[in-house]
Amino acid sequence: MSDDIKKIMFTVRNAPHGSIYVYEGLEVKLIMAAYDADISVVFMDDGVYALQQGQNTTELGIKGFEATYGVLVDYEIDKVYVDKKSMEDRGMTVEDLVVIGEDEDTEEPIKPTVIDADEIGKMMAEQHNILPF
Amino acid sequence: MKLAVLIHEGPYNHEASDSAYNFINAAIEKGHEIRGIFFYHDGVYNVTKLMEPPQDDRHIANRWSELGAKGIDIVVCIAAAKRRGIVDDVLVDNVRISGLGQLTMMAIEADRMVTFGD
Repeated sequence: MSDDIKKIMFTVRNAPHGSIYVYEGLEVKLIMAAYDADISVVFMDDGVYALQQGQNTTELGIKGFEATYGVLVDYEIDKVYVDKKSMEDRGMTVEDLVVIGEDEDTEEPIKPTVIDADEIGKMMAEQHNILPF
Repeated sequence: MKLAVLIHEGPYNHEASDSAYNFINAAIEKGHEIRGIFFYHDGVYNVTKLMEPPQDDRHIANRWSELGAKGIDIVVCIAAAKRRGIVDDVLVDNVRISGLGQLTMMAIEADRMVTFGD
């Protein structure tokens, strides 16, 4: 990667359902992954619900997209973070999180990385662009 | 500075579109370059020529069209537009429908991308 590669961070703060922001935002991430940019994604506030395993949208009558998170690593989006406090405030633990891919060598499932607000703040300061969805 | 603008909300219902418009004009006045404007989510409703606001109100679609006439690249996301029934035929002049790749290019080529809307 060259030094001048753009660092682009997506923030996800909305709940996954009830609005289209998170779903259409996911479409942006998958497209952007095909381009030469340093992509990262941070889930925080109600956005952490988007990473909850076992979502079922049948009763809502809408198309679910939880399964799509399982291909993020295949799309080379492996910098996926979740805010520790947002998760804890909502009673979620690492066990609740979706899998975003598997390790090529060990085939171990990869989960989003739990980090705290200080670390998120530091990462944000390094970004060229931050896109909220 | 080279700026790009991403607009998430439709017109009239939400201030995002007005704020974006004011921001863009202020940025141009200060000598910044606008790399492009991208309409996403309900933002795609901003540039339909079907809108007909009362005469004493601002005409949001025409405002965007006038900015486009100045040479600013204004792009409406095709996926978001198709979902909402927005097609080429109903767009005002000086805007175009294209894909999320255009948003990506704006994000990569601009020094900063500024988002308006939830």
